Amino acid sequence: MGGFFQFAKSSIGSKVLMALSGAVLLLWITGHMLGNLQIYAGQDALNSYAEKLRSVAVFLYVVRVVMLVIVLTHIVTSVMLWVENRRARSSRYAYNNTVQATVGSRTMIWSGLLVFVFVIYHLAHLTWGQIHPEFAHLVQKLPGGGERPDVYSMVVLGYQNGLISGSYIIAMLCLWFHLSHGFSSLFQTLGLTSVKYRPLIERAGPVFATIVVAANISIPLTVLLGLVKPAVGGLP
Amino acid sequence: MNLTLHVWRQKNPQAKGQMVTYPAREISPNMSFLEMLDIVNEELVLKGEEPIAFDHDCREGICGMCSLVINGIAHGHERGTTVCQLHMRHFKDGQEITIEPWRAKPFPVLRDLIVDRSALDRIMMAGGFISVNAGGAPDANALPVPKEHAELAMDAAACIGCGACVASCKNASAMLFMSAKICQFAHLPQGQPERMDRVRKMVAAMDAEGFGNCTNQYECEAVCPKEISVRFIAEMNRDYWRAWL
Ligand code: SF4
Ligand code: FES
Repeated sequence: MGGFFQFAKSSIGSKVLMALSGAVLLLWITGHMLGNLQIYAGQDALNSYAEKLRSVAVFLYVVRVVMLVIVLTHIVTSVMLWVENRRARSSRYAYNNTVQATVGSRTMIWSGLLVFVFVIYHLAHLTWGQIHPEFAHLVQKLPGGGERPDVYSMVVLGYQNGLISGSYIIAMLCLWFHLSHGFSSLFQTLGLTSVKYRPLIERAGPVFATIVVAANISIPLTVLLGLVKPAVGGLP
Repeated sequence: MNLTLHVWRQKNPQAKGQMVTYPAREISPNMSFLEMLDIVNEELVLKGEEPIAFDHDCREGICGMCSLVINGIAHGHERGTTVCQLHMRHFKDGQEITIEPWRAKPFPVLRDLIVDRSALDRIMMAGGFISVNAGGAPDANALPVPKEHAELAMDAAACIGCGACVASCKNASAMLFMSAKICQFAHLPQGQPERMDRVRKMVAAMDAEGFGNCTNQYECEAVCPKEISVRFIAEMNRDYWRAWL
């Protein structure tokens, strides 16, 4: 264990931890995006998908704890590295110039923090149901009696609100910058790259980010445009 | 050519330092950047002022002493060039040029544009060598090295230790330098016995000096006069985590 802490404290060690936790978050984001897209399959599809996820309750709590650890690892290592980096450049240049560093790579800490703030808001909105109680805890009455959480209506009614959609879209744009650098960067940090694959890996970040962000943003957009409509039957 | 220079002047490590503006008159486009500074300094001396202090030695791009940040780019905007090999023809007549020292906490300014880079030497002392048992020189063919490995080791060994990578890095990280010094051995059979030990010791030394941490922005690669590739940083990262397994 002492060895692990020594590793985690070193520059490359904390970078590796940041990259590994980032890799898990990338998988999470991909899964989340695929789940989101089920909204296009309609109310029943999305709601039964959500129900299935919740039905494995033990699993759900394990996943929550693991994700919390992963997110904390990612944030703690990145903030610590950022502080060290600021200290290392104790005197600033009078004339600042950049040759090839991308905007995304230079704003990671800010895009990351904004996305984090958004995630808290997002959880408070949809998972904990605190921020917009009028859109939370909706239920879908099932034909055979019984009911289940109506995630579909929570999403659609929520995103009909321009402010909620707007904040979602802005957060997704931050996510684009974060992923476009983060995805490519993780291969370099873990040393899983080579001269041959470098051009591919460097392009893969922006491509991956574009796919995820476009898929996610399409939801509030289609809701706002009225292409995805509230479920018939309206509010319970 | 006539130019306007904004130069960092700082009497000693403790002094505050500031940018001072000087004209550079009648400069030939064939001069190197350092020769241009020589002319400015001659004028300053004639006027009884302190000449601008800057580091230099070989003036042919091989020693790694020259170290100026020109308009925010270490060694100036020409790729793959040390500042001693940067010629004035790459500047425009009448241009304003800002000249600053390498800026990083582990590189304290000694005077004007001269910084103390012994932090890099201390990193080398921590493991940037191979322990060779003295004896006769081995036969040339006794230790076969594949051509590509030899080439890669040479690419890494091209690092002249100038520190431009640190100066240009947004995080003042020394990882390009480090990776070059580690990979020049990692690609050769002689480097294998101490390979894992070396990377751990050198990274520990680098961290202790207070350098920043690479965020994979590759500004170092863009300014490195020897065009060392960031592939070596990836290799160093890989060796580092493997060293802990
Ligand atoms: S890696 Fe390049 S920029 Fe860095 S010290 Fe070596 S030669 Fe200079
Ligand atoms: S003075 Fe030797 S490399 Fe520039």
